[in-house]
Amino acid sequence: MPFTIDGEPWYGRVGDSLLSAILAARSDLGPLAPDGRLRAGFCLIGLCQDCWVRLADGRRVRACTTELEAGMAVLLASDEAAW
Amino acid sequence: MKGAPIVVVVGAGPAGVAAARRLAEAGLRPIVLDSGPEPGGRIWRNTGSGAQGLPRLPGHDPERGRHERARFVEWRERIAFYPETTVIDVTRGRLWALASSGEVDSTPWDRLIVATGALDRVVPVPGWTLPGVVTLGGAQTALKTRGCAVGRRIAFFGTGPLLYLAAAQHLAAGVEVAVVGDTSRLRDAVAAAPDLLADPARLRLGLRCLRMLRRAGVPVLRGVRGARIEGRKTVEAIVLERRRAFWRFSCDAVATGFGLVPQTQILDLLDVPFTLEETSGLWLPLLDRAGRTSIPGVYAAGDGARPLGAEAAAMAGERAALALLEDEGSRIDAGRVAQLETTLARHERFARALARAFPHPRVLEAEIADETVVCRCENVTAGDLRRAVRELDARDVSEAKAFTRCGMGRCQGRLCGLSAARILAAIRNVRLAEAGRLRSQAPVLPMPVAARRVPAEDAA
Ligand code: FES
Repeated sequence: MPFTIDGEPWYGRVGDSLLSAILAARSDLGPLAPDGRLRAGFCLIGLCQDCWVRLADGRRVRACTTELEAGMAVLLASDEAAW
Repeated sequence: MKGAPIVVVVGAGPAGVAAARRLAEAGLRPIVLDSGPEPGGRIWRNTGSGAQGLPRLPGHDPERGRHERARFVEWRERIAFYPETTVIDVTRGRLWALASSGEVDSTPWDRLIVATGALDRVVPVPGWTLPGVVTLGGAQTALKTRGCAVGRRIAFFGTGPLLYLAAAQHLAAGVEVAVVGDTSRLRDAVAAAPDLLADPARLRLGLRCLRMLRRAGVPVLRGVRGARIEGRKTVEAIVLERRRAFWRFSCDAVATGFGLVPQTQILDLLDVPFTLEETSGLWLPLLDRAGRTSIPGVYAAGDGARPLGAEAAAMAGERAALALLEDEGSRIDAGRVAQLETTLARHERFARALARAFPHPRVLEAEIADETVVCRCENVTAGDLRRAVRELDARDVSEAKAFTRCGMGRCQGRLCGLSAARILAAIRNVRLAEAGRLRSQAPVLPMPVAARRVPAEDAA
């Protein structure tokens, strides 16, 4: 399933969450911590809120509870927190 | 004119599913809300297509999950099931939920069964906010439902049966296990052994996991006193302290957990009274044996009320449903009630034995270094908390939250609340109960800014 991270094309597997797809491509979700340090999710079950990312269509989603959809365009480079 | 009561079950894990089925059988048409895509909760959830090629994992029974989900679906006509629907607020008589469409809808309720499940209990250690550190339950979910491991070489750190189960499952899936570091001591487990026989099947599973790890040559360290996770951008190693010696294991991920914390936010919003269970240090809702809270019409069941595991959760769910029916004036099967209560008592005995075999570490939190982050949402350190006590005289976690923002972030203190209380109690030198607990606030989970409220006239 094709999707993009900051415009770069990647392929995820059917059955991936957005989080598992992103983490197969790279090891973090960008500088999500309040001090700008990298985060990559923690609970993986929708409770810690450490995995909110922005999509190019303007949506903000919790990556661990969002199913990967073909064509999703994730924006991680932005310095603006996604939640 | 009074029709059938509106009964809402929050959560469709083992407890919620069992409760709903029992209510449907009795002719009530329960509304069941769950944040997941299908019934079954994390334990009985569909193993996604990504997990198809997985070998059989110890303690994981996809067949059972399929069976339970199918049984639930059989009742579809008589259960109003709303998947991907997250309860965000509740008052006596009405609750609000966020659907995946982004709409917030509300429903009145006459009776409410809360079966919201649990989250791993975590203890902050240096480096725990690095990418690559996840909860044990998170690592298991990734493996079982997505078929992907959180790392290639994973270290497991914490305590409790899930620590060994998760490690063994990863091993069976072909993932390298760098180490299992357990803060409990072997002699704790030995002392609890006779009572662990209350559930021979689970005891056998635990021993089997241990054997698998031993056979694979995985180092199993017990009596770990402290830990530090190292890495520049992501996890590179974990250092475990034991008997004043330090052991370093390179790894690219760490899965951590110290038992489970019931997700009690909904009960808390309803002002259900809580009590501190001294042995575990968990705040638990006060319930009678059947799962009734002291608020009329509010029941709680499953790991969201008492973390006893999936089998017990299903029974507690059914027991709560029977209590509800009885409170509605129905005659209920006394034999079944006795059977459920006897089995539940056995599960409680087993849980008490587990708590003795894998006690929460006594000093880990009290000794957290000042610079370690405790609240990962707001980056509040142990030092910030101690300063709030010393300089601002914060007496409990609520005051500390006001001074430091610890627990004020988007996870609402789900992860840091218990540790913050231990740090506070240690420095004030008071009992844990005096450090208090963080209260829940709506929304129970953050809502996307775009969420819309459905106009009241269309609301269910
Ligand atoms: S990783 Fe915790 S909410 Fe997504």
